[in-house]
This record gives sequence, C-alpha cells and structure tokens, in this order.
Amino acid sequence: MMTALPTLAVKNGRKLAGTPGHGRLAAAYLAPGMLGFLVFIVLPLVASLVISLFDWPLFGAPEFVGLDNYARMLTGDPVFWTVLGNTLFFAVSYTVLNLVLALAVSTWLHHLGSWGPFFRVLFFIPVVTPMVANALVWRLMLTDDGVVNSFLANFGIDGPSWLSDSQLAMGSLIAMSVWQGIGYNIIVLGAGLNGISPNLLEAARIDGAGAWQRFFRVVLPMLSPSLFFCTVMTIIGSFKVFTQPYLLTLGGPGESTNTIVLYLYRNGFSFDKLGYASALAWALFVIVMLITALQFSQQKRLVNYDN
Amino acid sequence: MTTETLAKPATDKPTTHRRHSPGMRKKKHPGHYISRAGAILVGLVFFFPFLWMLATSLKPTSEIFSTGASFLASRVEWSNYVTAWTAIPFGRVIINSFLVAIAGAALTTVVSLLSAYAFARMQFKHRDKLFLVFLGTLVLPQEVLVIPLYIMMNKLELVNSPTALIVPFAFGAFGAFLIRQFLLSLPEEFEEAARIDGAGSIRILWSVILPLVRAPLAVVAVFSFIDYWSSFLWPLIVINDVSQATIPLGLSMFSGERGTDWGPLMAAATLAVLPSLLVVILLQRQLVKGVSMGGFGGR
Repeated sequence: MMTALPTLAVKNGRKLAGTPGHGRLAAAYLAPGMLGFLVFIVLPLVASLVISLFDWPLFGAPEFVGLDNYARMLTGDPVFWTVLGNTLFFAVSYTVLNLVLALAVSTWLHHLGSWGPFFRVLFFIPVVTPMVANALVWRLMLTDDGVVNSFLANFGIDGPSWLSDSQLAMGSLIAMSVWQGIGYNIIVLGAGLNGISPNLLEAARIDGAGAWQRFFRVVLPMLSPSLFFCTVMTIIGSFKVFTQPYLLTLGGPGESTNTIVLYLYRNGFSFDKLGYASALAWALFVIVMLITALQFSQQKRLVNYDN
Repeated sequence: MTTETLAKPATDKPTTHRRHSPGMRKKKHPGHYISRAGAILVGLVFFFPFLWMLATSLKPTSEIFSTGASFLASRVEWSNYVTAWTAIPFGRVIINSFLVAIAGAALTTVVSLLSAYAFARMQFKHRDKLFLVFLGTLVLPQEVLVIPLYIMMNKLELVNSPTALIVPFAFGAFGAFLIRQFLLSLPEEFEEAARIDGAGSIRILWSVILPLVRAPLAVVAVFSFIDYWSSFLWPLIVINDVSQATIPLGLSMFSGERGTDWGPLMAAATLAVLPSLLVVILLQRQLVKGVSMGGFGGR
C-alpha cells in the first residue's frame, strides 16, 4: 500500500537478460539529471557549509572567521534560541493537530459513501492554491475588525487581536497552517483506509470487537505505514515554515512568531549576513536530518508492514 | 428452507458492505442525514476563506470593514479587478507564472524520465547506491540551499531572470523516483522485442516506453507545475523586479505597497487561486496518485 515510501523501495533486483552492463549508455541518460543534481543540490549544500565559515556580505569581499558564526549562534544570539523554540513549538503543535484531525476527517470521509471523494478534493484545495493568497485572506479575516471578530461580535464577544497578541499569534499561524496543509494527509490516510480489507474488519466484528476496538486494534495498525509517511512529511514541512509568519505576523509581535527560515531569510537578505544565514541553514539541515533519522530508526517498532 | 438459505447471502451482502458500496440503497439510518448535514457545514466552514476572498474582491474599499460579517456590500465593485490587473501589472505576472511553471514542469519531466530510464533499465556500477543518495535529497529542505544558490545566480548575472526561477529546482528526486517505480512494475517484453528488431535505446524510449509511462509523467508534470506556480521564498530572494515576478511574489509585492487596499488585493488573490482550483478539479486523479507517492516533499 505505502510501498511508495522512498527508502523502502531502493533495491532494484532486476537484471537484463544477456546484457552485462551499460556503463556509457547509462551515463548518457543520467548526465542531465546527475549534473543538475550535483550543481544545484550537492554543490550548494557543501557551499552552504563553506559560506557559514565566513563573514559574507551580499556585496564586498568575504572574510574567513572560522566557527565564529556557530559560536555566535549557540552562545551570543538569544534570538536564535527564541526562533528555534518557536519553530519546535510550531512543528510539534502543527504536526500533532494536523495528524489527529486528518485521521478523524479521513475516517469520517471513508464512511461518508458517495460524498467522500468530493470532500477529499475540497480539503485538498488549499494545499494547491498559492500559499501567499491563502495567507493574505487569513490576514484579512483575522485583523482586529475582520470577519472573525465581526462574527464573534454577533454573540456579544469582544474578539481578541488574533495576529498582534503575543499569546495568540502563534496559535493563529498554526490554525492557518493546519487549514492549508491538512488535505495532503487526508488523501494519504484516505488511500490507506481504502487499502484495508473490509473482510478483516468484518472478521473483527464477528469476533465481537466494538467500533473503538476495531479502530484501535485493526484500523490503526493497518494504517501505520500511511501514518508514518504522513508524520515524516509533515514534520519536515513544518520546520520549513516561512510564508505564514512572513505574511501574517512578520514574525511578531516581538519575536513571538519568528521561525528559523524567516530568521535565515532576514539575516541573508535584510541584515546582509550571508555567512550567519548559512550557519542557520546548516542548523536547520542537521535538525531535520536528525529527526528524520530518528523516525526511520523507530520505523520497525512503530510500523506494521505485514498486510 | 433451501431457498431461504440460498437467498440469504444475496440479500445480506449489501447490508454488511453498505458503507463500501454506496450504490446499493437500503433504508437510511437517521444518522446518515445528520452525517450529511454535518458534512455540508464542515465543507462550508472549510471553504469559507475562499468565499470571503471572492466576496471581499467585489466590495468597495470603504465598505470592506463596515460590512462586518456580511458577504454583500451596497454594490458590486468590479473595478477592483481592473485595479489589480493594471497596478501589479497582473497580466504580466500571470504570463510569467505560466511560462516559468510550464518550462519548469517540462524540464523536470524530461530530466526525470531520462534518469528513471537509466535507473530502472540499465546495469551499471553503484547504481543502487547512487540512487539511494539521490533519493535521500527528498527530505533535504530546499531552504538550506537558497543562500549559495543566490550567490551562484548573482555570479552568473542571472538574478531577475526566468532562468534563475526555473533551472535550480528542476533536479529533485521525486520525478525520477516516481517514474522509476512505475517502470519497475512494467514487464520488459516489449522493449526486449524492439531490441531484437534492432531498435536502439533512444528509439525504445521514444516509441515503446513513452506511450506506457504517460500516467506517471502526467503526475510529475502536474506536481512540478504546482510547485513552480506556488513557490514563494526563492522568487522573493532572486527576483526584485516586478516585471519578472510570478504570482505569489506579485501578490506579496502588491500587499507591501497597498497593505490596506483589500479590495484589489483580494481580486488579485482570487485571480491567483483560480488556475490552481481548475487544476484540482480537472486533475484530481493525478494529484491523489502523486500525493500518495510523496509529491510536494512535505509542505
């Protein structure tokens, strides 16, 4: 069902009958893809590490400073820790909310019969529409005299400042992001649910398992490959959050919604510190890789692949 | 008795599988109607931001906040669309977006197909290791690469060019991975037959493989198109001339200039959303397929 999961499907056991090898021919076909891969992915990744060892302005000569950027990041820049904390808070809340809601919605849609596919597509729309447009309409809706507070006023509730109250701003970003991204997981989990044999559930029912028991003992384990896939993708995506704070709150009020990528962008292109921005980029890279590695190391324990 | 037992499974089946085969109608449980009413309500709330975007785009500036939670103002202000179209200049920005997204999708698809063909059908040293390394970059955040890529574009004097928007992001592993998986599931008999008839690898790729892989190619093209269409951080970095902007950047620049001019801004947002909406409606199947294969690399 989720055999599409990248690292599970690397091996290509096939051999062509009677053909010993196609080194040169293969090189010709691989040339554009691998050259691009080297120039636009591998080289920048390495270059980013090199740049992080320099004091590197947009214009003017770079100056080698060794590990100064990292030292400053870890010990001399309180904003880094705030930004890291914000990003972690966002990542955890967003991922948990997104997955729990997506699981609930996809289970519900699975039992909605003929309306299911329509709603699945409806929930998918914000995933595909440009995030800038999505974020702008949310900013309009959440401004102090926007539609959300006008609606609340109908019930005599004096709505808060959703985007400029430091207690609420991050929550608003999370809400907008869940709305924006949930359709992706609803589709993956929906496909997972469709892959569960009705006979299995029927057997559990005949054996006397109630609805909840069937959900936790049969559906959830059978869905674990899809859930694992969703968790990996959602966490990776959540660490890259940029557009929402950039357009909804400008990282404010104060630094309360500033995130790693927003801070990276500002250091590089507003504060003219490409070296420091690259150190931030490597911090992001290491964090994402560590979390992904951790998830894959737990995969065998958490995921049930025997269908 | 015999007729009864024989008939029973036939009538019983639709009841037990009712939920999975909606075509078979039986007496509806009241919960059914509650569930459908709930669905409509949830759907409307979920879709509300887009409705609000459209409603605001048709309100005169003076009434955008005074109308509160009402969808309608005293009159329909079509001129917001004229303002959006001329001020950004939105016509130019839409053309840029289409050019970049189409060229980017085409480049990505062709490069992915060539790599996938080699990885799936040819024998060479370290093939599986190379593929694993390549695939590993699926989880590499592109955000990590933007600083060196910007310096590279700057050195090549490509800042503010469509090339800078298109080329650096055409070499991800998603497309090659998806097509390769599909190729591995296809039998090689046709290719084998063509080879015996004396066809070379290019000929085989063009006339045997290509007709067979149209479905995954479409998925790769659609996903790549949407990625280019929606991309924001990279255009924000590498483009500073509005005449080269794509839609997300154009919208953001416009909102920077006229932060409070919500009518035209929402008109522009509506125009930006419409093509994506069409893509979702027309290409549902490709999208669902692509999503379950890991498209959009975790947004």
